[in-house]
Parts: sequence; C-alpha cells; structure tokens
Amino acid sequence: MSAGLSPDAIAARAAEDLPDGAYVNLGIGMPMRVAEHLPAGRECIMHSENGLLGMGPAPAPGAEDPDLINAGKQPVSVLPGGAFFHHADSFAMIRGGHIDVSILGAYEVAANGDLANWALPGAKAPAVGGAMDLVAGAKQVWVMLAAHVGKDGAPRIVERCTLPLTGPACVNRIYTDLAVIDVTPDGLLVTDLLEGTSEEALQAKTGARLRFAPALRRLPQA
Amino acid sequence: MIDKRYRGVAEALAHCPDLRDGAVVLVAGFGDAGVPVVLLEAVSELGLRNLTIVSNNAGSGEQGLAKLLRSGSVSRIVCSFPRSAGSVAFEALYDAGRLDLEVVPQGTLAERIRAGGAGIPAFFTPTAYGTELAAGKEVREFEGRHYVMERAIRGDVALIHAATGDRWGNLTYAKTARNFNPVMATAASTTIAEVRRFVDEVPPETVVTPGIFVQRMVEVGV
Repeated sequence: MSAGLSPDAIAARAAEDLPDGAYVNLGIGMPMRVAEHLPAGRECIMHSENGLLGMGPAPAPGAEDPDLINAGKQPVSVLPGGAFFHHADSFAMIRGGHIDVSILGAYEVAANGDLANWALPGAKAPAVGGAMDLVAGAKQVWVMLAAHVGKDGAPRIVERCTLPLTGPACVNRIYTDLAVIDVTPDGLLVTDLLEGTSEEALQAKTGARLRFAPALRRLPQA
Repeated sequence: MIDKRYRGVAEALAHCPDLRDGAVVLVAGFGDAGVPVVLLEAVSELGLRNLTIVSNNAGSGEQGLAKLLRSGSVSRIVCSFPRSAGSVAFEALYDAGRLDLEVVPQGTLAERIRAGGAGIPAFFTPTAYGTELAAGKEVREFEGRHYVMERAIRGDVALIHAATGDRWGNLTYAKTARNFNPVMATAASTTIAEVRRFVDEVPPETVVTPGIFVQRMVEVGV
C-alpha cells in the first residue's frame, strides 16, 4: 500500500482551487498551511476571526507582537492591504456571506455534507469557537483530512455522522491524503485520486458510496 | 468638565454600584490579546460572589481571568472556547462542579453582545441550526433557510482593554487586541477601560469606541 499525500501536499492541492481574489478563512492546524502553498501570482486575503484581514506568516523569532495573533492565538503578521476590526464585524463578514472559502479540519463528514468537528465523546468541557459560524456563513466550506481514515482505520467520511454536528449539509469539498471529493446533491463524487490507489481501495476506506468523475485526475505521489 | 480618568485601579472600581454580588461582567480579550488583566486582578481582590462572566476564553495560567476564577467570585461563565492550553483554573472549577458553563458559538456570542448594546432583545442567526447548541431554541424559516433565535446579552459591568484613551472616554485599540473590546464597551451599564496610555485627545477620525460607551478609565502602561 502506498503512502498518502503529506499534509503539505494536501494543502497545496487545496490552494490550487482557491480563486484569485478570494477571501479565505483557514482553520487552526493543517488548513493554516494552505497560505504557504498559493500558486505564484494568486492573491488571496486570509481572514482570521479574531479581527484580521490580510493575515501574513509568523514573524521571525524575536519579532512577535502579543497584540497581533491569529485565531489559534499564535503570533502572525499583517500584509499590505490588511485591516483590523472587532469581533462583531468579523462575524458579520462570516455570517453575512462575505467569506468565499472556509477550510477546516473534521472528525467526520457525511455524504450529505454534514460536518462534525467540535465535540468528542468524553471530552471534559465543550468548546466550540467560531466553527459553527464559519460553516453556516462561508460561501464554500472545504474540509481537510490529514488521513482519509481515523487512527483505528475507521472511515471518517461516512453515511451519517455519529458525533455532534457542527452544521448540517454544509461541506462542499473534502481533501484527504488519498483523494479530492466533491459533495453533490447526488452524493460524493471523487474528482482526484492518488496514483497507485484503486477506486475499490478508496471505496473500502470510505463509509459512504462514492462515484468517480469520468475525467478522474490522478494525484502524483511525493 | 467631563473627565472619566481615575487616578488608580482601586479608585476606578470603588463606589461602583454595578460591581456587586451576582453581577454579569463582560470580560473582553481573545487569548492573551486585549485582556483587561489589571482590572481582573483588582476585581478578584474585592471578595465578590456569584458573578457571571461573559468572555470568549476562560483564562490561562494564573493571571487575569484565571485569578478571578481562583478567587471564588465566579459561579457561571458564558464562553465560546473555555478549554484551551493552560486553562487550568477554569478546568479545576468546572471539573469540581463549581462552575456553570454556557457554550456559545463565537460569532453568536459577539452578536448577542452587539445586540445587547444596540437595544435589540433577540435575533435570528443561521449559526448552530441543526446542532445540539440550538436545542430548545425557537427556529424560524426565512426565504427557505432555518435560523435559531438568540437572546441579547447585557452586562452590569464591562471590563475592557484599550491602547489609547482621552478624558472623554474615546478609545483606540492595538491590532488584534481590539477583538471583543469595542463590542462589550457598548453593552454594559458601567464600562471600565484599562488604557495603555492616556492622550490629550484621540483624533476624532481614529476613534474606535466613542466615549459615550465608557464610564471609567485607568491608565495601566501595558
């Protein structure tokens, strides 16, 4: 069995799909890497829900500013053309449909686009942050999974989510280490598949029925 | 002559009828940015009881909000992301069953406070529809989409942190330390601002929080 795409390769594949000029919110963790992989000449403006448009990379060690952080509370920078604003404005941008793409992680995604990414069984205190606002408000919601299946091998793309929902029928596209999958009114449609992985092998790792695009693109292995 | 500047932190908190047992206290900040740490630590010395805290996070380490939680003054917290790296004071109280927690999506929290400051008693939002955070709440359909009714939040007191302020209470903020500060300033009976630096006059074009929303200020240097 071949190794799947690295997190950076998944991020690069997602970055390829961001339109020039898009306003994009990147979730904490792996989605943040998308900003590092934008194709040359493509300008996207990164939104951080704690009140920043034009978020840039982490500053050099020693140049961090405690007043300038991202939604993950990490030091960041601000790019030319950026803006600061308060929380109600920030979520007006989100809920009001001004954010073109929200890219988040997930515990489970269902074939109808249901997303579960905020609560695990047995967690001590719940914490939701901005995820429910993002999936309800962004024009497009993309999910990134570092691994197509969970650590125990169980599918994370399923017919119905078993974990508490972040939002119903909100996911438009899924990027994993093996495939790119569109969520359509007719169910899941695989558009990209890792070289060396068969359609049957992908279906076996997925808890919902997959269809495969006629012009299936093969993703090169590293 | 109007002058909302107080000589010291103790003076700014003294003889404040809204700061009492059972008060609802809005606490601004996101992560460690824009948190009114000096005011929080002074409030923790007042021996208050049964406070309700409204805040995005629930403090980290032993400073600021964490210190107020440790003081035993808080019985309830309304929060979007209470559990995070270093939220030991919160976890100790919550795990011991000594703290009621209401988890609110971050954008809904911001909008509930905005509504409170704007005289709007309730509103409908798409956020959290179809999730357990909407359980028991009124749902209505507008133009084919479902929305959840959320109630406004008002505080007896708001504790905020600003970068500069003048004697009229006009305030500016620093970068992403703005976050919940301008929103919370509008939504309390008494808004108390700790200000990094007093200035003679904030230029009217650059005022972020107009002084009408601010009752008391103290210069803290940080």
